[in-house]
Amino acid sequence: MAENIIIDIEHVSKSFGDTHVLKDINLWIKKGEFVTLLGPSGCGKTTLLRIIGGFVNPDEGRVMLGGKDLVGIPPYQRPLNTVFQRYALFPHLNVYDNIAFGLKLQHVPQDEIDKTVRKMLKLVSLTDYEERDVDSLSGGQQQRVAIARALANRPQVLLLDEPLSALDLKMRKDMQIELKEMHKRLGITFIYVTHDQEEALTLSDTIVVMREGAIQQIGTPTDIYNEPKNSFVASFIGDSNILNGTMICDRKVRFIEHDFECVDEGFGEDNPVDVVIRPEDIYLFTKTEAGQFTGTVKSCTFKGVHYEMFVDTDEGYELQIQDYNAFEPGTHVGMLIKPQDIQVMRKSKVVNEIEGEIVDESHVSMMDGVFECKVPSGFAPGDKVEVRVAFDKVELMDYQEEGVVAGEVKYVLYKGNHYHLGVQTDSGFYLRVDTQDVYDDGDLVGINIAAKNIKILPKNE
Amino acid sequence: MKKIIAKVYLWVLLILLYAPLVFIAVFSFTESRVLGSWTGFSTKLYANLFTGNMQGSSSLLTAVENTLLIALVSAGVAMILGTIAAIGIYNLHGRKRQAVLFVNNIPMINPDVITGVSLFLLFVFLHFSQGYMTVILAHITFGTPYVVLSVLPKLRQMNPNIYEAALDLGATPAQALWKVLIPELRPGMISGFILAFTMSLDDFAVTFFTRGTIGLDTLSTYIYADARKGGLTPELRPLMTLIFIIILVLLVVINLRQARAKNSVTAR
Repeated sequence: MAENIIIDIEHVSKSFGDTHVLKDINLWIKKGEFVTLLGPSGCGKTTLLRIIGGFVNPDEGRVMLGGKDLVGIPPYQRPLNTVFQRYALFPHLNVYDNIAFGLKLQHVPQDEIDKTVRKMLKLVSLTDYEERDVDSLSGGQQQRVAIARALANRPQVLLLDEPLSALDLKMRKDMQIELKEMHKRLGITFIYVTHDQEEALTLSDTIVVMREGAIQQIGTPTDIYNEPKNSFVASFIGDSNILNGTMICDRKVRFIEHDFECVDEGFGEDNPVDVVIRPEDIYLFTKTEAGQFTGTVKSCTFKGVHYEMFVDTDEGYELQIQDYNAFEPGTHVGMLIKPQDIQVMRKSKVVNEIEGEIVDESHVSMMDGVFECKVPSGFAPGDKVEVRVAFDKVELMDYQEEGVVAGEVKYVLYKGNHYHLGVQTDSGFYLRVDTQDVYDDGDLVGINIAAKNIKILPKNE
Repeated sequence: MKKIIAKVYLWVLLILLYAPLVFIAVFSFTESRVLGSWTGFSTKLYANLFTGNMQGSSSLLTAVENTLLIALVSAGVAMILGTIAAIGIYNLHGRKRQAVLFVNNIPMINPDVITGVSLFLLFVFLHFSQGYMTVILAHITFGTPYVVLSVLPKLRQMNPNIYEAALDLGATPAQALWKVLIPELRPGMISGFILAFTMSLDDFAVTFFTRGTIGLDTLSTYIYADARKGGLTPELRPLMTLIFIIILVLLVVINLRQARAKNSVTAR
């Protein structure tokens, strides 16, 4: 196994000021693999790529290339090349000189440079563009030159930082296919950074899903799509219905107020779980008795190949369903979910656990704010405590000033009949909130918690 | 009617601006020592200027040489220092950047007299013997901020990744600077150089206070002294005419080049 691994990232951490951009990243990449680092903006994927490229030094941990530690080696001595986000071609040089830049620095003989440049231009289908000014090229052509320039140095690993993000949709699709073919033909390792899940699914051998500086899941596109490890991965990759459920016992799960057979085991009994159902895995019937549960079609949109429908179940949960047949809005339908299509995931958390400190008999300080609450007897001011607040007991205010502490909505997940939010407080704490109200990523909110919903427990060390 | 008034206004303005120059140019072609009396067409003053055959005022040519030498050296050094400073400022963020930019701008707003006097006091305090060296140092100090201000926009326009791209392709930081950064910044550096050069040519106050007592004269201090002695050296007339023509030609060339560059960009 060890021989096959070209890049080995061990315990890499990085902070910029107070923000932890990467938290203890461990990842190894096989020779010849097409690996995609996928995640929303700010998840640390670009920083990780820049650490591999040598433009950023990690605070901790090491990056090994073919068994050699790269930390401390400057970018110009690493056998890696990068395709940058906005091409980063040298505007004062023509296409030929851009591609030959690295080779000239290495004092490669002129006839060999000529040969390589011609070969690279052929590879990116830009034959005869040598003398062109790079400013005169279209975005797609500039990106091809950037790829040719990076490949001309014969890197062992090619790093690509959202290389297609500046292109229009049609061009992006074409370039995706070409990149995939190039990778196959050259056989070198590609490490690709993107926030576009579709791009990741199309291109990669392996996808690394990242969020807030941590790896969420590593797997093949099919693994990641079919068996997301948590609700974040499920929501980020493809459309999905993510619902709260209870694992009754092995192979039996309850959600949307119905019991379902499933294939998952080992979650214990009566444990809260997240359930993920892909929209194409819910079967619709006009004969309601054919289904396991029933509901009413709310909307139906044609999506080219399939129809996308939103169905309200009789119990009041909204489900997203894709089907090749259209069901008119208002139709009463039966629905069925097969056991193997139910993906059960452990909940990462079921309640907010916040570190706090007792102020007096009716106040506790946490997340840089002082909250009113009923402190049970046995606690003295200054005691460190653990505070528990249920997800649905956190009240969000539309204006930051209205809350005891202020926060920003970082992540929104629709769970059939309510929204599950991740709210980061100004003190950096990540609070989870269940709410009926609609919020968006980036909304600034005030946070209140009613005194009766604050539970104080001794801190268990 | 409005149109006529606008046109008349424009012409009056142009005449007021250019009449002195035309006046000097016309009277550079006559031999009279007193400005304003026409004693017939002659190119003798031009001949005197080029042969150096001037009664008692041969130091005029030395002053011209000094002026050019000081302007070239100080603008050259300012170009290098200013470019380095601009790269440094570009890499600063937030309040630090604001602060350094503010410090950079002070010498430009500061009245020349104050810059001159304070530099004079500094040189005296440091026991520098005043002469070429101090004048050049002084000109560098007021030229550098102009270079910083003309290079900074070029840095902002530049794709921030191109320096890293050069490193990535195997260039050492020094090679990346020479082969990628400098060519990108060159237009800004050149216009900064020209600005610093003209500021230096132009300067009187700072030079006056920092030239010391060795009798170093630039064009501006020469003319000042000359005028006080009573009457300007007649050869100044052809000299000014020539300087004006050279600058006019330079301006036209620069403007034409810019227009052509713009055209070739829009033509794409």
